[in-house]
Amino acid sequence: MSVRINGTDHDEPPRPGQCLRTYLRQEGCFGVKKGCDTGDCGACTVHVDGRPVHSCVYPAFRAQGRQVTTIEGLAPPDGLHPVQQRFLDAQGFQCGFCTAGMIMTTVALDEPKPADLPRALKGNLCRCTGYRAVADAINGVRTVDEPGAGPAIGDGLGAPAGPQVVTGTARYTFDVDVPGLLHLKVLRSPHAHARITAIDTAAALAVPGVHAVLTHEDAPARYFSTARHEHPTEDPADTRVLDDVVRHVGQRVAAVVAETEAAAEEGCRRLRVAYEILPAVLDPEAAMRPGAPAVHGDKVTGHRIARAADNVVGELHAELGDVEEGFAGADVVYEETFRTPRVQHAALETHGAIGWLDGTGRLTLRTSSQTPFLTRRALAELFELPLDRVRVLTGRVGGGFGGKQEMLVEDLVALAVRRTGRPVKLEYTRAEQFTAATTRHPFTVRMKAGARRDGTLTALSLRVVSDTGAYGNHGPAVMYHGCHESIAVYRCANKKVDAYAVYTNTVPSGAFRGYGLGQVSFAVESVLDELARRLGLDPVLVRERNIVRPGEPLAAPGDHADDLVIASYGLDQCLDAVRSAAAGPLTEPVPDGWRVGEGMALAMIAAGPPGGHFADAAITLLPGSRYEIAVGTTEFGNGSTTVHAQLAADTLGTTPDRIVVRQSDTDVVGHDTGAFASTGVVVAGQAVLQAARSLRERLLTLAGPGAVSLGADAVTLQDGQVSLEDLAASGTAPVRAEGHWTGTPRSVAFNVQWFRIAVDPGTGELRILRSVHSADAGTVLNPLQTRGQIEGGVAQALGATLAEHVDIDAGGRVTTAGFRQYHLPTFADVPPTEVVFARTEDAIGPLGAKSMSESPFNPVAPALANALRDATGVRFTDLPFTRDRIWQRLRAE
Amino acid sequence: MDLHTVVEVVSPAEVGQWRPGDAWLAGGTGLFAEPQTGVTRLLDLVAAGWTPVTASGNGLEIAATCTVADLAGYAGAQHFTAFHELATACCRAFLASFKIWNVATVGGNLCAALPAGPMIALTAALDGECLILGPAGERRMSVVRLVTGDGATALAPGELLRSITLPAAALTGRTAFRQGSLFAHGRSAVLLIGRRAGAGLVLTVTAATVRPFQLRFAEVPGAGELAAALRDTIAADDYVDDVHGLPAWRRHLTRRYAEEIRAELAG
Repeated sequence: MSVRINGTDHDEPPRPGQCLRTYLRQEGCFGVKKGCDTGDCGACTVHVDGRPVHSCVYPAFRAQGRQVTTIEGLAPPDGLHPVQQRFLDAQGFQCGFCTAGMIMTTVALDEPKPADLPRALKGNLCRCTGYRAVADAINGVRTVDEPGAGPAIGDGLGAPAGPQVVTGTARYTFDVDVPGLLHLKVLRSPHAHARITAIDTAAALAVPGVHAVLTHEDAPARYFSTARHEHPTEDPADTRVLDDVVRHVGQRVAAVVAETEAAAEEGCRRLRVAYEILPAVLDPEAAMRPGAPAVHGDKVTGHRIARAADNVVGELHAELGDVEEGFAGADVVYEETFRTPRVQHAALETHGAIGWLDGTGRLTLRTSSQTPFLTRRALAELFELPLDRVRVLTGRVGGGFGGKQEMLVEDLVALAVRRTGRPVKLEYTRAEQFTAATTRHPFTVRMKAGARRDGTLTALSLRVVSDTGAYGNHGPAVMYHGCHESIAVYRCANKKVDAYAVYTNTVPSGAFRGYGLGQVSFAVESVLDELARRLGLDPVLVRERNIVRPGEPLAAPGDHADDLVIASYGLDQCLDAVRSAAAGPLTEPVPDGWRVGEGMALAMIAAGPPGGHFADAAITLLPGSRYEIAVGTTEFGNGSTTVHAQLAADTLGTTPDRIVVRQSDTDVVGHDTGAFASTGVVVAGQAVLQAARSLRERLLTLAGPGAVSLGADAVTLQDGQVSLEDLAASGTAPVRAEGHWTGTPRSVAFNVQWFRIAVDPGTGELRILRSVHSADAGTVLNPLQTRGQIEGGVAQALGATLAEHVDIDAGGRVTTAGFRQYHLPTFADVPPTEVVFARTEDAIGPLGAKSMSESPFNPVAPALANALRDATGVRFTDLPFTRDRIWQRLRAE
Repeated sequence: MDLHTVVEVVSPAEVGQWRPGDAWLAGGTGLFAEPQTGVTRLLDLVAAGWTPVTASGNGLEIAATCTVADLAGYAGAQHFTAFHELATACCRAFLASFKIWNVATVGGNLCAALPAGPMIALTAALDGECLILGPAGERRMSVVRLVTGDGATALAPGELLRSITLPAAALTGRTAFRQGSLFAHGRSAVLLIGRRAGAGLVLTVTAATVRPFQLRFAEVPGAGELAAALRDTIAADDYVDDVHGLPAWRRHLTRRYAEEIRAELAG
């Protein structure tokens, strides 16, 4: 009996234990996505005999004799279903990985406007948007601007990939059919710390279909960091592809490469591994005490570890002025300890890569990465290959949030490809995302601050401990960054920081939106709020008394890069915006017995990382008066592609629909540091702008003397025109120009969040009554997308503030390894946030723009903590604020 | 997810076919949501085509394979008002979306025996009795006794749940429902159902506890009597301690909601 998919019979019988999702993808329906594989996220939603189901938990054999409709079959090939059109009109997506499932779910709802979306959408997770754009799409609200004749910059244009996203034809990392593909599965450590004394591979190799087993004996001896930075020396070299010591539960022990996932998994189960169990340490304070097990005690020099014997991978001890003097001169001093937990990025597309050798034997990786160029560099070094013998590219990437600024799979895939000579795929399961990827660094911040009666700060002192887990990757850099803009935003003569990034035998921490700032700002902004309360002053006023102003230095203890300046300043406007919001009356209904409160917090972020961030771009004139942009940076819903097209269109006097973008492939340009540190617009965009300006000059010159202006189809001369078509055909080589940007100097962006909340002391329930976020993004190049970045950042931060925590048990094992244990914000959890933009124009960023991608996350948790303090009188110091914890704390007070 | 160790599906399957390595398969939403490396064969019950809900003068018989959607949509026997009031509320208490309802079954929810299982709450509150088929014959057991702990049931290897019968006597009294969760529409951390039974009150506590607890009162108790009964019946370590809510909070909400239910149904 066949399965009828989108009107066509498929005769291949499903395997007995196969789920419908993998069957549909095997039959070519790549629009059906794997987000969780447990029935929770809805990315795999399809219709079976007209009824919506989660195909990952639907037995495939049961689809025999039935009709299955996937996103690919929703509309005729030449048209869109009305719901697809609405998701396009409202840009109800960012990375788009959840979109096919959202659309298939929406189609099954009561038309046209379902009454209870929070309930209807509880089986559809979106990690990017914060759901406002999804709601607009479902409700038929159009927010995308029609491309007009005027300038593209400033318009809310839709993403170029939108039509592919809504039709399920956008190709993500694993949406390719690779003949001869082998599958790689990893045996992971059950121990928090152990030495592998023997691995018996015989039984695994005997499993039919198994091609290879890889152990530490097969791995390069070289140490590297999974963290990716322009300068590898920023990160400790403490990791091997496969090591003979495992330092956390979930670390790679061995890999099995086989014809099928089933055989690879069976091979893993048949590996016999002997371990010598070593003492483990799970807490960073305990790890720093004398006599604690040293996680990397075997590494002496050359690994860039500050004090391996003490588990300190990086540290910062510095003081500006004299904090003791500052405290002595204060009218009020407040000190408290704040804690933030591990949080998972939970990008809906898991980590993974497909590798192969191309026709020339060149190692090629298609990977879910934010850093294809840096990953190529790392692979070349690791396997001692010339750079031109490695190519790394991405498809559309299904969400990143910093988690993919890391080489977590490519090294192992490359090793397997080189061993077998065959194409190899490693696709993380959702459980592996939690146990074997990275998390946000948990921070403990002890902070003491003093202020005079008028609110002027006299001293700030912080002791910061971040837990980097078993490997150092981003640990030192996150710690440094966390201790910079969070306190540099305040003008205070006396500042002191003692900070430690510490190894423990736990799942490694890594880069995550905000890169340490969110964690430290939680403490700083809570403390500022508490000082204001103790002085009886308005928290906004206390901020105004102390914030840096244009022309002033950005000072924080320690050696920080000196290329950071205030090249535009809208923090004052951002504070005014929340003051106006707070002045508004309470109009929202509040149940009897609930307590109402308000709170705010601010954040500053550097537009780009220190030490240089490089981007190359090229633009080529194509036939048909069209252009092609080549740029290295990755698109994962950040929308940089849209902005690149807008920047080029205005410069070249054309429209974005005449521009195609080739990107995120080490073959298309010379170099790109990567899509991280909020650089998609301010660095890669700057390179595109330079290339466009250069090409414009080129075209005017080519058109000959008297060229006046460049239009969409021709160069206008003083006396006539030369068509672009003629210019494109005039020479032997294509007309092309390049652009480059080094990522320095850098400006700063500002964000301020304000909440009004209500709390039920009887149950701990917290409701957000109103949420306002003001942002200084410089010139807003695309208001639709910038608003989306802010809403998404606020929503993700609300998850970290109210719900999310990766838990580790006494044995070091992650116990929250799926979306049922780890609660991501759903439609019902995220209130609307009003977004207000400051009116500024930056002197550095392209056309006056600044970064606005990581930073909206950072002020959210402290603003909510401050509102909770206002409502209840209690200072909450440990994230997250779940109902049970709120109730327990209020009861204890 | 794919269950790679499964090599065969028996469909439809019957009692007596079970052997070690087999798993009874209803909707599959539970079985396919976790790795099942010990399972080599699936015994499909859905293909047997059991009638989802059968009404009679004796009450309602719900087949184990009745989907949540079928239960939520069941419009027969309107005189069983208690059932209809509670069925909708309990279906909505699922963490899972309406799409899962199209596939997941009542029996699957009972056999998974998770504290938050809302079909456990519904059928326990309505004095449901399970019909269990096994190689040695059939037996009957109350829902309250079927679920013995977090993820544990009284089913022996090879036994299957055929149906749950809700007696007519339990389907007409007034009811009250309370659910608490860490999140809006989230997984239940506390789910209490009260039901008037003649002059009496039946209070069923689920989700907060590792197994369902039922408190039966011949007359509606006073607040103090109810609180004392909860203290006496449910020990401190009967409250679930997991990521879905602190045990102290669950106990607090249990007592709070129990009193709300008592007050609501007392009048």
